[in-house]
Amino acid sequence: MADTTAADNSQYKAAALAALAPQTGKGPLTTADGTPLKAALGKAQRQARIRAFILVAPLLAFILITFIAPIGSMLFRSVNNDSFSANAPALSQWFDQNPGIVGVPEDEAAWAALAADLRIAKKERTAGQMGTRINYDLPGSRSLFTKTGRRADKLEAPFKEAFEKVDKRWVDPDLWGVMRRGSSPNTASFYYSAVDLTQQPDGSVVAVDEKRAVYKDIFVRTLILSALIAGLCFLLGFPVAHMLATVPTRYANLLLILVLLPFWTSLLVRTTSWIVLLQSQGVVNDALDALGFFTLMQKLALFDPMQQAGIIGSTGRLEMMFNQAGTIIAMVHILLPFMILPLFSVMKTIPPSYVRAARSLGASQPRAFWKVYFPQTIPGIGAGLLLVFILAVGYYITPALVGGAKGTLISNLIAFHIEKSFNWSLAAALSAILLVIVLIMYWLYDRIIGIDNMKLG
Amino acid sequence: MSNSESDAYVRFDHVQKSYDGETLVVKDLNLDIPEGEFLTMLGPSGSGKTTSLMMLAGFEPATHGEIYLGGESINNVPPNKRGIGMVFQNYALFPHMTVAENLAFPLNVRGMNKVEAEAKVKRALEMVELPAMADRRPAQLSGGQQQRVAVARALVFDPKLILMDEPLGALDKQLREQMQYEIKHIHENLGVTVVYVTHDQAEALTMSDRIAVFEDGVIQQLSTPDDLYERPMNSFVAQFIGENNKLNGRVNQVKDSVATITLDDGQKVSAEAVGIDNAGDLTTLSLRPERVEIEPDDGQVDNILSGRIEELIYLGDHIRTRMNVAGNPDFIVKVPNSADHKPLVEGDTVRVGWKSADCRALDHLAS
Repeated sequence: MADTTAADNSQYKAAALAALAPQTGKGPLTTADGTPLKAALGKAQRQARIRAFILVAPLLAFILITFIAPIGSMLFRSVNNDSFSANAPALSQWFDQNPGIVGVPEDEAAWAALAADLRIAKKERTAGQMGTRINYDLPGSRSLFTKTGRRADKLEAPFKEAFEKVDKRWVDPDLWGVMRRGSSPNTASFYYSAVDLTQQPDGSVVAVDEKRAVYKDIFVRTLILSALIAGLCFLLGFPVAHMLATVPTRYANLLLILVLLPFWTSLLVRTTSWIVLLQSQGVVNDALDALGFFTLMQKLALFDPMQQAGIIGSTGRLEMMFNQAGTIIAMVHILLPFMILPLFSVMKTIPPSYVRAARSLGASQPRAFWKVYFPQTIPGIGAGLLLVFILAVGYYITPALVGGAKGTLISNLIAFHIEKSFNWSLAAALSAILLVIVLIMYWLYDRIIGIDNMKLG
Repeated sequence: MSNSESDAYVRFDHVQKSYDGETLVVKDLNLDIPEGEFLTMLGPSGSGKTTSLMMLAGFEPATHGEIYLGGESINNVPPNKRGIGMVFQNYALFPHMTVAENLAFPLNVRGMNKVEAEAKVKRALEMVELPAMADRRPAQLSGGQQQRVAVARALVFDPKLILMDEPLGALDKQLREQMQYEIKHIHENLGVTVVYVTHDQAEALTMSDRIAVFEDGVIQQLSTPDDLYERPMNSFVAQFIGENNKLNGRVNQVKDSVATITLDDGQKVSAEAVGIDNAGDLTTLSLRPERVEIEPDDGQVDNILSGRIEELIYLGDHIRTRMNVAGNPDFIVKVPNSADHKPLVEGDTVRVGWKSADCRALDHLAS
């Protein structure tokens, strides 16, 4: 027994020495039997990695199929729309072969190709689709296509005159410029539209008519309102979170339930109850009226200025619904927990001894708070602000219900283009811009505070 | 209330504290601490020692009574105006500041100019032997280094009183012992008054000028370390400080402060009468393990009993012997590991003995 142990030992020692030998040189580390240490380590860890991957694989597949792929295809639509090029193959081919011709073509081949495309479109009932994309740039063009499509069989050479006879608009050079652009499925025009730019028939990009510009204003409004909402959530949430973090645990748990209570109620119910409370004949206005607020304002000669400022509406009551005020109030209420929770989780980890230490070192209460406590809550503040801001930027239901015309956000326009106008490409372009804005915010946050410092709970 | 009759630097005068209005955490605390003393408040958790310290620091108001600092009542002085340096249990170094910024904090809030503050910070760091750590964050320091920075920060603004709330609790044993000496030396060099709270009696014995043993909101005994160990005034102190053998019995008679006691198993011994008054009282004898002799020579001791050796533990410098003596199966004897010590065998019955002067008859403690 003792002998074998000794023999084993000597063998082991020899192997260990062999392993050590190359390490004294400059070569890579090896294991006892001479394989490189890195390879051996990789082999040992591979199985654990494979097992871990198999565990997450179902979720990964689920996310890929149901989330990343649809979003990817949606975003692809923002730069790719083949409704014209796919339905007008002959004309698209002519555009490809004659890149130099601008305006209304004299070439009869172009008109013949258009007539051929329209005949097929009539048979397959796709004339409307063919006109859809042209209609985005030249409103009213869709009817031109459907109308001409119906008569496609009667069109005879010379086609140009025949088309002109059906509708004068066919000899509009703008139409031909738009059709040329439509002949390629890849386009940036939806992004131009999304920021109130338009591509002229000659290809130059200019701002759209001020009366038709909507998106830029609403983007700016969305960002400003979201920042305002995040700021208000911070101001309201910070003291609450501080109280939650400092009261005894049994009270803290109860209060935390109160903070989370809104999550258990339907978002629609919560939003609707704000309408009940804040509308001009609502509870708050009735209460103010009963308390004599409006007569007081009249006595103080503040009623008329308030009415001029739009604070008091035509009904003589405070306007708190179906405008920006409504959006802000309801969204602050809904998003407040997303501010309180990260703040609370950070504040809970700050022991009271820090402020006590600052006080014992001679700092007054405000100074101890500002110099010692507050800097330590910054990861929570950053997380809360970022979370609320990102949620607010993409918020849909609440502004749709209480926002009125002045309180709608960009997501309401995206929904409009998906549900009502069926311009999915524009909706995708708007969404992509929103996504980029959020990513920029994220990047800024990382630069200023650092993502590693973020604490979400 | 006048304070002229006392030259105490810190003075607790009939201080009481209750958190809930039903129980007193600190019951009638009276304590005078002269300037320059290192006083330790020692006691188990919940004994009121930390609460007393927090009242002195100003973080908890006293429910009743007055606390004086340098002759002035400080009951209504906020903590930042008391000028007391404090070292917290987990150091409470501000994590978002560097070591130098941490040290400069008390100087900045006092409006000291930058050059002077920098010089003071540098000196403080040199005092705790960490001059190279000025630009580090607390999280980058080891536990012992953080501890030193915390001490330096409490001292940097030259307070005359330093409070320490279990400052060494988070350190490992070796480091703790080293820090004990360092803090003791800092105290000796600077001559500041230190009030130190701990539940570790070895720490208290090592560092203190005087120790106040707290239990149940009351100071059980306030003495120097050697006095506390060798002359405990009640059974709680005897049990709490150091290792103690207790034997229960009844007092036969008390004469010239020497009591004759009948132990529970009927054997008679004599002991120094401390916490007993009358014959017939129940009493608990306190006897330190190193004062017991095994197989004593004739005339060496006053009391001789027999005991059975239950267990022997070899500890190098001494042999810890657990015996069954007079019905107490946990009677510990420390036998010095000298060349001629008697051979000990588990299961043997041997004679054990001690001098009456080494055995104290204290208040009865039900076992």
